[in-house]
Amino acid sequence: MSGGPIEVVEREFGELALNMGPQHPSTHGVLRLILHLSGETVIKAVPVIGYLHRGVEKLSEHLTYDQLAPVYERDDYLAPTANSNAYVLAVERLGAIAVPRRAQWLRAFVSEWQRVSSHLVWLGTLGLDLGGALGGGTTLYMYCFREREKILDFLEELTGTRFHTNFNLIGGARYDLDAAMADKSNALAASVEAALPELWSMSGGNPIFSERTRSVGTISKDLAMGVGVTGPTLRASGIAYDVRKAAPYDAYAELPFDVISRTAGDAEARFQVRMDEIRVSLKLVRSIVDGLPAGPIFARKPLKNPKATKIPSGEVYAAVESPRGELGFHIVSDGSAKPLRLKINAPSFKNLQVVTHILPGGLVADVVATLGSLDPVLGDVDR
Amino acid sequence: MAGETLPIVGQTTAPAGGGTLEDIAEEVVRFPGGGIALLRTDALFHWAQKSSMWPLTFGLACCAIEMMATFAGRYDLDRFGMILRPTPRQSDLMIIAGTVTIKMAPRIRTLYDQMAHPKWVISMGSCANSGDHYRNVYSVVPGVDHVIPVDIYVAGCPPTPEALLEGVFALQRKVMEGNRAGA
Amino acid sequence: MPAPEVVAALRTRFSATPFALGVELPATELLTALRALRDAHGYRYYVLGTGTERETAFEVLHAVRNLESGDTLFVKVAVPKDAPEVDSIAFVYAGAEWQEREIWDLFGVGFKAHPDLRRILMPDDYPGHPLRKSFAMDTPWGYRPAPAPEDAS
Repeated sequence: MSGGPIEVVEREFGELALNMGPQHPSTHGVLRLILHLSGETVIKAVPVIGYLHRGVEKLSEHLTYDQLAPVYERDDYLAPTANSNAYVLAVERLGAIAVPRRAQWLRAFVSEWQRVSSHLVWLGTLGLDLGGALGGGTTLYMYCFREREKILDFLEELTGTRFHTNFNLIGGARYDLDAAMADKSNALAASVEAALPELWSMSGGNPIFSERTRSVGTISKDLAMGVGVTGPTLRASGIAYDVRKAAPYDAYAELPFDVISRTAGDAEARFQVRMDEIRVSLKLVRSIVDGLPAGPIFARKPLKNPKATKIPSGEVYAAVESPRGELGFHIVSDGSAKPLRLKINAPSFKNLQVVTHILPGGLVADVVATLGSLDPVLGDVDR
Repeated sequence: MAGETLPIVGQTTAPAGGGTLEDIAEEVVRFPGGGIALLRTDALFHWAQKSSMWPLTFGLACCAIEMMATFAGRYDLDRFGMILRPTPRQSDLMIIAGTVTIKMAPRIRTLYDQMAHPKWVISMGSCANSGDHYRNVYSVVPGVDHVIPVDIYVAGCPPTPEALLEGVFALQRKVMEGNRAGA
Repeated sequence: MPAPEVVAALRTRFSATPFALGVELPATELLTALRALRDAHGYRYYVLGTGTERETAFEVLHAVRNLESGDTLFVKVAVPKDAPEVDSIAFVYAGAEWQEREIWDLFGVGFKAHPDLRRILMPDDYPGHPLRKSFAMDTPWGYRPAPAPEDAS
C-alpha cells in the first residue's frame, strides 16, 4: 500500500450470542451459558442446565430407605458424605430413630475432612480458570491436588474408597475410628495446615489474582436473600448464616467454631471466606478427635430385612452445611418402605441462579472468575 | 487381541514400548554401519500415536474428579504424553467420565464427529459403561456405547486413578496393534 | 418448628391451616400471603420450592426463612390435577423463578405470570412430565433406547 496515514474505520457491531459449554474447561461441569455480548461486555447471560439430570428424585421413589443412602453421594460429588448425611438426618427425624453420639461425631468428622477436600478442589480449579491450563494456573491446581491426595489416602484407609465413602447409615455410621487413625488424622491436619501459606501465596497473595477477583461478580445482600444463595456465597455478602450454627445437627452443637463472613460480596470475599473455612475445618477435626465420645456407632436392631424399614407417614425437612451451602432433603412419606416424594434442596442450584443477575455488565473474563468463585457442582444442580 | 489376557486391575504393568526399535516393531532390518533401519510404517506411526494421545477435557460427573486427580501430580498422565486439550479439533482421545444423559448425548456425538481420525474413546466409570444404578431412569443413556464406539471400558464408581492408568495402558497396547473401535 | 405467632397471624388473615412444617393456604391467597410474610414478618430469605403429587391434587410448597429468628416456614397450596395452575411468586422472591420452572418441567404445574416458564432440566421438546406418578421411570425417548426385557422394572 502507499505510505500515507492509515485510516481507522470503527464499526459498531450488534450483539453477539456466544455459546459457552456444555463442554468447556472452565464451566465446572456440563453447564451451558449463552452469553450475549457487546464487544467484551456481557449484556445477558442465560444458563442452560439439565445436562446431568439423572432423575435421582424419581429414582428415590423406587428404592427403599436403606438402599437410598449411597445414591445421593453422587449428587454433590465433591463432598459426598454431606448429601447422605442430610438424607439420613431427614429419615431419622421422620422416623424418630435415635443415633448414638459417637456416630454423630464421626459423621461430622468425615464431613469436615470432605469440606477441606472440596475447598482444595475449588481452589485448584479456580487456579485453572484464572490462570489457564497451560499457563500458571496449573501450578496451583497441582499443589492443591497434592494436599487433597493425602486426605483421600486417609479416607481410603478409614472407609475403603476415596470419596464416595458410603459412610452414613440410617441410625448410625458404618466405619469407626480407632486410636491409630485418630493420630493419623491429627498428623494429616497439621500437614495440610502447614501447606496453606504456600497455597495462599499462589492465590490470595498474588496481585493479579486480587485484580481479577476484586469487585467481580458482586452479590448484594438483597439479591442474596431474594434468590436464596447459600453457603460461602451468602456469608461473603454479609449474612453470617451457617446451618451448623443456626440449626445444629450431628456434633456441631457441642463444638466451638467461628462462622466466617465478609461484607464485600465479590469474588475475592468468597475466596477469603473459603480459605478461612479450611482453617476452621482443620481445627474442627482436631476438636472432634479430642472429644470423641465412646460407644457404639450403630444402634438399631440388626436389620433382618433392610428392605422392610417403614418410616411413618409425614413430611420432614432436614439440612446440613455442605461446602456449597445448605443442602436439605424434603421427604414426604406415606408410611410405606419407599419415599412418596423426595426433594433435594441443592445449594448449587440456588447459587447458580444468581448468575443471570450478576454477570451482565461484566467482561467475559469475569464470567469465568465469577463461576469459579460460586463453586457450582453440576451433579448438585441437575441431580 | 488373540493370545493376550488383560491384566487384573491392581497389577501394574509397564506400558508397551521401550527403548529400542525392536520393542515397537516385530521385524526390523538394520543396515550395516548403524543409523539406518527398515521397519513397517504402521509400527512407527502406532508408536507415535500411543505415546502422545491428547485427550479432550470431557468430564461429566464424579469420574471427572478422579480423571482430574489422574492428571494431577501423583498419577501424572503427562509422563505418558497425554496433554488435555479443550477443543476436539486438537485431540484424539475422548475419555467419557460420568453419566450420559439424553440432553448431553447429541453433544457427545457432535464432539466425537468433530475429532479428526484416528480417534479412540475410553469409557470411564460404571455410568459411562452401562448407566450404573441410573440405567433405568428416563433421562439417562445406559452406557455411552449407545452414542459413540468405545475402545476401552474402565470399571469403577469412580475408578481409582490406578484403574484409569490401567485403562490407558490397555488402550496403548490396542493402539500398538492397530485396533480401533471407531471407523 | 414454625413460629406460632406467625402461624396465628396467617391463620386469621389468610385462613391458613397449620401442618408439620408450616401452613397450608388456599391457592388464591398464595401471592398475598407470601408478600405479607416477606414485608411484614421479615421472611426475606427464599429457601426452597417443591411439588408433591398426592392422590387427588398436586401440592406446591415454598419455604421461606426469617434470618433474624432463624425460623423456616413452609407454605403449601393444593392444586387440582385437572387444571394444574397456580400463581407464580417469582416477583416476590427471585429464587422462585428456577424452582417454579423445575416444578413445571417435572410435574406440569403451570405458574401464572411467571417471567420465563420453560423446561429447565429436561430437553425443550421432551414429551411428558417425569415426576408424575403416571410417568414410568424407564420411559424411553430419543437417545434413550427401550429397556431390554430382562431389566424392565
